[in-house]
Amino acid sequence: MKQQITGAEALMRSLEHQGVKTLFGYPGGSIMPTFDALYGHRDTLNHILVRHEQGATHAAQGFARVSGEVGVCLVTSGPGATNTLTGIADAMIDSTPIVVIAGQVPTGMLGTDAFQEVDLVSITQPITKWSYQIRSAKDVAWAVARAFFLAKNGRPGPVVLDFTKNAQVEMVDYEPATVDFIRSYDPNPMPKEGSLEEAAALINEAKRPLVLVGQGVELGGAQAELRALVEKADLPCGCTLLGLSALSSDHPLNKGMLGMHGNLAPNVKTNECDVLIAVGMRFDDRVTGNLATYAKQAKVIHMDIDPSEFNKNVKVDVEVLGNCKLTLKALANLVTEAKHTEWIESFAEHDAIENKRVIEPEIHPTEGPLNMGEVVRAVSEESNHEAILVTDVGQNQMMAARYFKYTKERSIVTSGGLGTMGFGMPAAIGATFGRPDRKVCVFMGDGGFQMNIQELGTIMEQQAPVKMILMNNNYLGNVRQWQAMFFGRRYSFTPMMNPDYMQIAAAYNIPARRVTDRAELREAIREMLTTDGPFILEACVIEEGNVMPMTPPGGTVDKMLLEC
Amino acid sequence: MIKENKKTGHAKQVLPHREDLGGSMKTLYTLIVHSENIAGLLNQVTAVFTRRQINIESLNVSASSIKGIHKYTITAWCTEDEIKKVVKQIERKIDVLQANYFTDDEIYQHEIALYKLATPGFQANPVASKIIRRHAARVVEVNPTFCIVEKNGMSEEITSLYEELQQFGIVLQFVRSGRVAISTSCFERLNEYLNFREEKYNKEKEYARQ
Ligand SMILES: Cc1ncc(C[n+]2csc(CCOP(=O)(O)OP(=O)(O)O)c2C)c(N)n1
Ligand SMILES: [Mg+2]
Repeated sequence: MKQQITGAEALMRSLEHQGVKTLFGYPGGSIMPTFDALYGHRDTLNHILVRHEQGATHAAQGFARVSGEVGVCLVTSGPGATNTLTGIADAMIDSTPIVVIAGQVPTGMLGTDAFQEVDLVSITQPITKWSYQIRSAKDVAWAVARAFFLAKNGRPGPVVLDFTKNAQVEMVDYEPATVDFIRSYDPNPMPKEGSLEEAAALINEAKRPLVLVGQGVELGGAQAELRALVEKADLPCGCTLLGLSALSSDHPLNKGMLGMHGNLAPNVKTNECDVLIAVGMRFDDRVTGNLATYAKQAKVIHMDIDPSEFNKNVKVDVEVLGNCKLTLKALANLVTEAKHTEWIESFAEHDAIENKRVIEPEIHPTEGPLNMGEVVRAVSEESNHEAILVTDVGQNQMMAARYFKYTKERSIVTSGGLGTMGFGMPAAIGATFGRPDRKVCVFMGDGGFQMNIQELGTIMEQQAPVKMILMNNNYLGNVRQWQAMFFGRRYSFTPMMNPDYMQIAAAYNIPARRVTDRAELREAIREMLTTDGPFILEACVIEEGNVMPMTPPGGTVDKMLLEC
Repeated sequence: MIKENKKTGHAKQVLPHREDLGGSMKTLYTLIVHSENIAGLLNQVTAVFTRRQINIESLNVSASSIKGIHKYTITAWCTEDEIKKVVKQIERKIDVLQANYFTDDEIYQHEIALYKLATPGFQANPVASKIIRRHAARVVEVNPTFCIVEKNGMSEEITSLYEELQQFGIVLQFVRSGRVAISTSCFERLNEYLNFREEKYNKEKEYARQ
């Protein structure tokens, strides 16, 4: 007879069966049997104790984004579960594969308002790919297999497993399960017949093509396929925030970042191109600005794995459904070699304007306090443009995204769709576990640093080598900028009193340095990068700096403001 | 869009509008959804309407002819662009097999209604029973206080019987079911879909083996 094991033990074996090695979590009453089982698997499952369950979800996201593997969280019911909601929603909108396993009260007590009972499945249905309650130990192997299959296949996303306490303690005959087919869900849909040919025909006739590179390229592992296509047909590219590292920053066809705070040229050219080729991106309003004036002159080709993205925001002429690793490759075979020299050269004029009026003054100032852009570029240069960039949200995020340079794949981890302050620090922790071979630099504002500041405890305990750059402007800067531009400089609750971050660092025993002087900046950065383990570099930056250029919300992409 | 605010002199943001994808005519669409029989899916389907601010006119859920598959028949007034997006969002739910939308000329549709009438008032108005006969409705219960009339037919017929009876002021209660509908096309889309999925799976498996 087979040996019977508990549901909790079955969960451990199922996780191992999925190849899980790292998980982020926090224990509590309803998940105690599972943590007890985990105690016996410490050799194979590296559990990182975070300091808040939100931190666990962002850490799992950071882990997943840099490694391409599924990030796993283990938390208790009730408040433990509700604390994960922000990270789950963030993972949903940014297509990040995570599996959140939460304890739940025993099935016999469901619906009784039992201690720490919340209806997690109902709460998370709108913000997950799949949310499922495990009510019996027999379900464990199948549910875990289905959860991982769904999280990582097709368009990735978060999955929640609500694990009732009785299912954790019940005995079961365990057999490893595999899910490789769900008849109601096709994770690998194929393009409609003829659509690739139509797309190729449009590209072959195009005089002024423009490619919009999204995170889908990274998720599909299609960076080489993208490069092959754009090089063959000589297609200039703009990248979305999450797609920034899908094509190396120094590639001659990479014309920079799209969107509200992106680069001038790719935004202006969006409204001049004749064929727009969107790859693995979803026409977010931070990219398109006013839809009524967005790329009206262009024929639009949209390549995506999720059919519900087609025609959602922008009317599409040719839909190319499928994993872009396959469709980009097929398309590259169909397009003819071409040169668009004149068109591509026409980007330079806008680059020159942006360089002179925005970039140079931002990164090479000669007087006054430190600028954010200057700090970012210096860190990028000192790390040979090879580090993983993690950001929090706000001005620090936009400045980091704009002025960091990317030479390796999967090198930007940032909260795009949800814009979650407090994302940066825990996501960076996760990134150090996902890619221990790479340097991880996280840029945060003074607001966001404090939103998950408790994770300094995790960093201390794990000695996670997170290079933290705190760009302190004594303001909730991004909101302050909008108040300056759109609300008559009425600074309603954006100035903020800050603690002494050096003392905080000292309390956590994390090496730290504060820099205010330009002359000291490089040396301070080198100290950060060469110190083993974590480091906090507090850069005291200009208080009322602004991120420019900017397409105001609802504005038109080719009418960016260069000054405010 | 940035506009100068005359009074304060600072720029004012103008909210974007999303009328871009055309088609503002509202039609009564019938949506037929097939899903796995899984608890909680109804919530997910209706949430798609709520999120897009579309009211559901009627909703019927029942087992379909295929074991383990549920069928939803939903009607809603909206534009074609809206219904297309609703269909895609519903299909995006993992356990939904298929969603399709139809206009009235593409389906055979039926509803059932019950009318509870006050017997004294009913007897005092002989025309009322003629109306019931003309509408091919049936009296299924009579007692001294009330009688119950049952009618099945298309939405408009059911409404019109109600209106005609109501002119005598004798309707005590009225209830109508949600619409049930079947498509009149010659393709059985669900069967095709299930076959397609199975074939594709087998092919992919074969391919992986090689
Ligand atoms: C959880 C959360 N709350 C509020 C906001 C709104 N918000 C966006 S940016 C920002 C200011 C961020 O300030 P700080 O972290 O100091 O960064 P800075 O912009 O100054 O670089 C705020 C409050 C948000 N994005 N997320
Ligand atoms: Mg700040």
